[in-house]
Amino acid sequence: MQKRTKILLILIGVLPVSMCVAAGVGAYQILPWRIPEILFFREDGFAVLVHVRFPRVILSAVVGAMLAISGATLQGIFRNPLADPGLIGVTAGAGLGATVWIVLIGGGALGMWGLPFAAFACGMLVTISVWKIAEGDGKVSTLTLLLAGIALNSFAGAGIGLMTFLADDEQLRSLTFWLLGGFGGATWPVVFVTLPIAVIGLLVLSRQAAALNAMSLGESEAYHLGVSTETLKRWSIFGVALTVGAAVSAAGGIGFVGLVVPHLLRLLGGADHRYVLPGSAVGGAILLVSADLFSRTIVVPAELPVGIVTALIGGPFFLWLLLRFKREVFL
Amino acid sequence: MIELENVGYQIDKHWLVRNINVTVENGALWGLIGPNGAGKSTLLRLISGELLPTTGEIRLFGKPIHSYPPKELACIRAYLQQKREVNFPFTSLEIALFGRHPYLNGTKETTTDLLIAKEALRHVEADMFTERLYPTLSGGEASRVDVARILTQAPDLFLLDEPTNHLDPRHQVQILNLFKTICDQGKTVITAIHDLNLASMYADQLLLLKDGVSVACGPPRAVLTMELLSEVYDIPFDVLTHPDGYLWVMPSLNGS
Repeated sequence: MQKRTKILLILIGVLPVSMCVAAGVGAYQILPWRIPEILFFREDGFAVLVHVRFPRVILSAVVGAMLAISGATLQGIFRNPLADPGLIGVTAGAGLGATVWIVLIGGGALGMWGLPFAAFACGMLVTISVWKIAEGDGKVSTLTLLLAGIALNSFAGAGIGLMTFLADDEQLRSLTFWLLGGFGGATWPVVFVTLPIAVIGLLVLSRQAAALNAMSLGESEAYHLGVSTETLKRWSIFGVALTVGAAVSAAGGIGFVGLVVPHLLRLLGGADHRYVLPGSAVGGAILLVSADLFSRTIVVPAELPVGIVTALIGGPFFLWLLLRFKREVFL
Repeated sequence: MIELENVGYQIDKHWLVRNINVTVENGALWGLIGPNGAGKSTLLRLISGELLPTTGEIRLFGKPIHSYPPKELACIRAYLQQKREVNFPFTSLEIALFGRHPYLNGTKETTTDLLIAKEALRHVEADMFTERLYPTLSGGEASRVDVARILTQAPDLFLLDEPTNHLDPRHQVQILNLFKTICDQGKTVITAIHDLNLASMYADQLLLLKDGVSVACGPPRAVLTMELLSEVYDIPFDVLTHPDGYLWVMPSLNGS
């Protein structure tokens, strides 16, 4: 069997295990192998599992998968292993939408759906603006896309700063927590809204894998190899905006997943996007399920925002990777 | 057969190439020569379909080039870029296999594809580093892997932009011999080339460009003359005949 197939199978095997462990661990301990029994006979812990743990674990897996595959896709489009899913403005845009909602509009309107929809809509709006700025003569320049992303990111950042300035103490607290990311608000309805978007996004993005391989030689080389580069860019940016928008709306700004996971996959099994994209999706899910488990058990009864955990694990881990595999990693 | 009819390309009101009328027969090796900025690369990119001509028309094997969908086009013509940068850890074999991309329809490469790629790498003496990571290769080694990639693509028309750059004399001659053999099998090669001696040794026809305009066109004996070269490159040239019969072109020290 090929090495890459092996890695993918191992990851696919680890994911349900990590999800079961994460579903079991917490203030109310449940042994992972007792989960089927509890579900079937509705024993003690049934309510905790079904109403609290499951939506949370599933949502963290879905968000992790979306962030990681988006990171891998953008790295392919920009031909740069340092690209982050936030580059096209969707993260900052969603952050702006969320903070505007928290500070200016406030909780009551539209109930629990107000904030994620404001975040999603604003994230899409910013990404579409980035795309429109970069579009000319029916073509989109990758470089302009990158620069427009940086410009609008800082613009949205200024907006978030302004909202932080305007916020009162209570708003400031929820705003900070939202920006750091977390799965405290995970409920089944959130899962049911996020899941179909994730499925569409993952399907769209994984279909770009072969073309992204050709793209790593450069845009004109990709064209010479028969890739319709404009179509590739359009679908990729669409997929990334959709998935990252949904991820940020559901769980706030969680960094480092989109950067570290594709890298790890490349170190393990090489750069072929047909392996890196699905591998990142599964690996991102495992990483975020574990990070969320860590974030809600390390400072019980409080919860650490999961964005802090990913950065805390991600930063040093990334450094270690760089030093350990210095010669094989290309920056 | 590749036909260029009154082809011009303009960018920001500046003509990069203009009034090019050429017919390239199948099985011929054409050399594009001329000073830096003469429009050699632009002309190649026009013929590849990557650029849309401002004026005129380019026909590839009887059909206008832009009537081919990108994938179909990629099966009949390949392009060797001058410089490329790959930031991901692909192996040489994977880079060579990219040439099979137009033939795959979302499927994995078959063992046949793998054999074709390995054979291509062997042709350019790159088979000893098939498993090495492409970004770690030297300029010359990477160039050879790129040649292997376009061989793997198996097109009828090869467009080469300075294929001998970065190569030592042995590999320069080897690559050009390889493409000469390919021409003998009926495929067509159009290459931009700076080395006038290699051009005189290998090309069937030369197109001499200056400032985007064709200055001369024909077999090497007709194009590589002292007068034309001195005029186009703006320095004096000596043109001698090598004992083997081809022309030997050198910038001359006299009068410079």
